[in-house]
Parts: sequence; C-alpha cells; structure tokens
Amino acid sequence: MATYDSLFDTLGLRDWCDAGSSSAPMSMADLIGQAGGAEPEGSIWQLPFPSMDALNDACPAFPQSREVTRGLEDGFLSIKDSLSFVLDPLTQPLSWALEGALWLFDTTPWWIMIPLLLLVVQLVTRSAALVVFVAACLGFLAFIDYYSYAMDTLAIIFVCAFICVLLGVPIGIAMSRSDGFQRAAIPILDMLQTLPTFVYLIPLIFLFSVTEPKLYGIAIILYAIVPVIRLTNLGIRLVDKQVIEAADAFGMTARQKLWEVQIPLALPNIMAGVNQTIMMSLAMVVIASLVSAPGLGVLVLRGIRNLELGVGLVSGLGIVLLAVILDRTTKAALARVNSTHQM
Amino acid sequence: MTEEIKISIRKLYKIFGEDPAAALEHVRAGVDKTELLDAHDHVLGLQDINVDMHAGKITVIMGLSGSGKSTLIRHVNRLIEPTAGEVWVNGENILELDEKQLRQVRRERMSMVFQKFALLPHRTILENAGTPLSVRGLSRAEWEDEARTWLNRVGLEGLDEQHPHQLSGGMQQRVGIARALTSNADIMLMDEAFSALDPLIRTDMQNLLLELQEELHKTIVFITHDLDEALKLADHLVILKDGAVIQQGEPQKILLHPNDPYITDFISDINRARVLRVRSVMVPTREPRDGLAGEVDHDANLESVIALSGGDTTLSYRVIRKGEQVGVLSVKDLVRALVPSEASDEGVLSRAS
Ligand SMILES: Nc1ncnc2c1ncn2[C@@H]1O[C@H](COP(=O)(O)OP(=O)(O)O)[C@@H](O)[C@H]1O
Ligand SMILES: [Mg+2]
Repeated sequence: MATYDSLFDTLGLRDWCDAGSSSAPMSMADLIGQAGGAEPEGSIWQLPFPSMDALNDACPAFPQSREVTRGLEDGFLSIKDSLSFVLDPLTQPLSWALEGALWLFDTTPWWIMIPLLLLVVQLVTRSAALVVFVAACLGFLAFIDYYSYAMDTLAIIFVCAFICVLLGVPIGIAMSRSDGFQRAAIPILDMLQTLPTFVYLIPLIFLFSVTEPKLYGIAIILYAIVPVIRLTNLGIRLVDKQVIEAADAFGMTARQKLWEVQIPLALPNIMAGVNQTIMMSLAMVVIASLVSAPGLGVLVLRGIRNLELGVGLVSGLGIVLLAVILDRTTKAALARVNSTHQM
Repeated sequence: MTEEIKISIRKLYKIFGEDPAAALEHVRAGVDKTELLDAHDHVLGLQDINVDMHAGKITVIMGLSGSGKSTLIRHVNRLIEPTAGEVWVNGENILELDEKQLRQVRRERMSMVFQKFALLPHRTILENAGTPLSVRGLSRAEWEDEARTWLNRVGLEGLDEQHPHQLSGGMQQRVGIARALTSNADIMLMDEAFSALDPLIRTDMQNLLLELQEELHKTIVFITHDLDEALKLADHLVILKDGAVIQQGEPQKILLHPNDPYITDFISDINRARVLRVRSVMVPTREPRDGLAGEVDHDANLESVIALSGGDTTLSYRVIRKGEQVGVLSVKDLVRALVPSEASDEGVLSRAS
C-alpha cells in the first residue's frame, strides 16, 4: 500500500493505473525494498514528496523520474546521427588544424622552435626583459624533459585561440550592430561561461569519437570564445560617439567606418578579450586531457590517477609557467596598442 | 543683402521620442517644450526654424546649453533626420538625397569641426588631416601634400608623425580645422569648436579662423554658447531658446534692439563700447557738416571713439568708409547706445513678420 494510492482512487484513475504499468525497469532501491518487503509507515513525518517515483509506487502507469533522463538520452541519440552527419564534416578542419599544429610543434627541432617563439615574443611585445623571461621558462621546462608536453599544450592553445578570434570577433561585431542579436546572445554566452566545464564534454563524447582531436577542440573553443565575443561587442559599443559622428560627417561608408574607426578604436578591448580567451583555453586544455587532449594536462591526470605527487606538482608548475608567459606576452602587446590609442 | 544664399532651413521641426509625428501635432497646436515633455513624454528639439545662411559668411548660432544648437547644425549634413521641414544646400533639398548622394555631399560639399576634436587616436596627425581625401578613395601620395599644406597653414609644421594624444587641446583642434580644410568643401560646420579650449588659446583660434576666412571665404556655420565669441565672429547671428529662433540678424542690430528679455539678459554683461561699431550708432548722411571734431572709421568700435574724444559729449565726428563720408556720429548718441535698452517693440514686430 503506497502513500498516494487514495489520490488516484479518488480521481477515479485506478483502472488506468492498473491497465498499463510503467515499462521502466526496477531500480536497485525497488529491488531492495521488495526483498525486505517492508511497507512504508503511514506517519505524517514520513510523508514523501509527491515525486514521480512516489506516484509511480501508487500507480504503476505513472512514469518514473528515470524516464526523464532516459527520454533526454533517447532524444539525443535519435538526433545524434543526423547531427553528427552535419557537424562532422563542418568540424573536420578543426581536427586537421589540431593534428597539423601538434605535428608541427612536435617535429620542429627545439633549436628552431624555441628561437622562433622568442622571436614572436620580441615582435609582439618589443620587450627584451620578457624575451629573457620566456627563454628561461622554456629552457627550464625543456631541461626537466617537459618540453614536448608543453609544446603540445601550446599547439592546442594556438589553434583554439586563433579560431576563437576568427569566429568571436565577427560575432562580437554583429552583436554590437544589433540590439536584438545582443539580447539573444547574452544568455547563451552566460550559459557557456557558467556551465561546469565537464558538462560540455558529455554531449560531445556522444557526437564525436573520443579519439578525434576536434572533440576537445570544440570543448575548448566553446568555453574560451566567450570573452573575445563580449569584449569585441563592448569595445565597439564604447567607441566615442563623436568620432563616429566625424566618420559619418566626412562621408565614410559603413565598411570604412568598421575597418578604419570602430575596429581600431575597439582594439584595446578586443586584445583584452584575446588575452582572457588564451588564459581560458589553457584552463580548458588541462581538463580536455580527460578526452585525450595531449600535453601537460595528461601529466596532471597521471599524477591524480597514479598518485604520483611529484609528476602532478611539476606539471602543474609547468602549466603555471605557460600561463604566465602567455599572459605577460598578450598583456605587453595590449599595452603597446594602448599607448598609441589613448586620447 | 544680395549675396547668394548657400544654406536655407525652412520650417524645420525635430522632436525626440517614440512617436514624433503625433507629438508634432501637439507642437503645432501650441504646446511648449516643458509641457510636451511632462504631458507627452517627447523632447522638443527644434521648432519652426527658418534661417538663411549666406555664401562666404559666418553664421553663428547661439543659445544656452540644451537650446538645440547641436541638433540644428546636424540637420545641415543630415546626421539627424528632421521630423518635418526642409534643408536646402546649394539649391538642393538635402532631405531628398539617397544614401549615396548624401555621402557625396558630405564628402565634397561640407566639412565639420567638433567640440572634442573627434580625431582618430590611432592615426598620425598627417593621416588625420588627410581623412576627408582618403575617405574618397585617394591614395596617400595624392592626399599627402594637400594635408601637409593645411597643417602648415594652421601652424602645425613638423608634427606630421605625432599622434593626437601627444598634442595639447589647442593643437588638436588645429588638426581638426586642418582636416576640415583639406576636404576643400565650401561649407564648414563648427559645433562649439572652441568651447573646450582655455580662454587664451580660444582667442588665438578665433583669430586664426577670421584670418583663414579673410582668405578662403567659406560658408561657416559656427555654434557657441559664448556671446563674446558670437559677436566677434558673426556676420549673421541666430539666437536659439528652447529649440526656437527668438531673434536673428546682424549682431550689432540685435545688441541695439533686442526683442526678448532673454536676449536682454544675455547681452547685459558685455562691454558694449568694445563690441558696438561706429556704423551701428551713427546717423547716416552724405551731407558735409561743419563743426566736426575729426574723422573716424565706420568699422571702429565705440571704445576707440571715446578715447579719441577724451569723454567730451559735445563733440561730433565724420564717419568715413573707404575715404568717403557715410555718416555723422555724435558722442552723445554714442553714450546713449552704451546703456542697454529694454526689449524693443520693433524687434517683436520683426519677429512676427
Ligand atoms: N537623441 C536625443 N534624444 C532625446 N533628446 C535629445 C537627443 N538629442 C538631443 N536631445 C535634447 O534636445 C535638446 C537640444 O539638445 P542639443 O541640440 O544637444 O543642445 P545644445 O547643443 O544647444 O546644448 C536637449 O533638450 C536635449 O536633451
Ligand atoms: Mg551642443
């Protein structure tokens, strides 16, 4: 005798209840309950919430809560094939880009790679001190034999951050031009930023095979693209109204205004977005090692799995060093842009 | 005056808000700015503006902050769309142009100078000055010389490669003026162009503008909230209050015959002796007369005549223009003109007409 029997009796639904019984298999708790054969007491203190499971007890035709998650699962699986039919070829270039970048970073000998990276730092920041610092960090990582892991991580970040900028800046521009689009996009961006990072991975695992690089590529991009979109939108909206007026007054076309005024003036904000995007890519690339992303994250994972304290800590330190390098370099580039942009 | 009318604004109305057309009916029915805002939640920007601006002259639009000056000047190049009315420039109604024609007009027929300079911070001074030409699609080689010429003309030699933030406010506005001149447009719109500058630099810039105007004869629409600046620059003065023109005409006439207490208040604090000219207070006559104490130029200000007369009110002077007598000025009339008059009936009549 279940608590809510009388409810269905008074509603006259008894026949319906007994006619069809819910097809969901019994849960472990039910099995244990049956084995014990204990009937619930009728005390008011133990009145269960009229949840789906409690109602199912009283009326077998009522669906169990498990059917909700199962329904979602079934729904997802039924569209999965058509979804991956569309998404697979669309995202294939991402796999190629990641594989290519990983191959490039792995096969280029260190005595070419390290000077090349230092050259990039020099060109972007024009700061000798920063070049020396980056050289020391990379040298240290190579010396303790973490070089190839660090390069893998860097390769993934470069590809993902690049794609984030490639997609995020146009999206940000579109948002800045249409209030309606901005209103629609902001909740999505909020969601992408607040969803626990692991949650991204679940549907992606269903869609793509775990061995494909695009799986973690998409997870990283979805997570890291948000700041560059937000700050591009904000940057363009914050461009001095009088300068926009001047552009109009001198007869600029919409395109001239975008390329010659809005984007250059929004550049400090866009660069700040790129900096955050790179830092978030780094955070996600560690988690993405759960789904076969190579790099320092793999070592962190090994440290956790095998309780190898030293490996875990040193690879953690490696990630911190990479983070500092990337942050300093992009910030220095930002400062350079700012110095020519102040009013 | 017989000069060509360059810009003609006819029955112009601008109302900000959700439904300007409906609000316009209320305004035409006599609802004023405060009432329109309180009862109908619309801002009355401009009401029934009729102004003619002559070619080669400086038309100054003056009014307190919020009186609609910026709104009015932005109708000339259609940065703002009117609620009703016409804006004729060079005999062409600006409001009937399509997007492409309007861009053409903005590129070639008029230029603008802004209160806060509105330079492009990421571009050099030279690039900023060349903007109007580069916008038209000219290559750097084609606009560089022109831009440099005008930078030199406004006194900015050798700063080509600097960025705006490296310059003082006065120098930045010189770049703004050079930019406007590089466009070679014959209409120049200046929205409080000197209001953000220190008083001394401001005087310099006013002199620069007058000097340039002497040579270039542009049609200038100049906005200011400063009466001294308005009187110094204006050939034609338009006074705005709450979005309506309350008086317009030659500045000297407005000073001598203000038609509204608002204007009387406005002009009560200025040094009339320095602003008023001999020609405005003289008695026009070509008849030679005896007993005159000397000659004064028709364009001299009254202060100089007072100095000349040593304060003796019994004297009279012959007024000369290009070597010929055009009138006679008695110091007694002069002194009378120094006392501000009340809003005159004559003025009210001229407004109604
Ligand atoms: N975009 C707008 N929306 C609503 N009201 C406006 C807008 N622009 C100007 N106004 C109003 O119109 C009036 C005139 O403004 P403005 O032309 O800027 O004055 P001024 O330049 O003389 O200081 C003010 O009351 C101002 O609040
Ligand atoms: Mg203004």
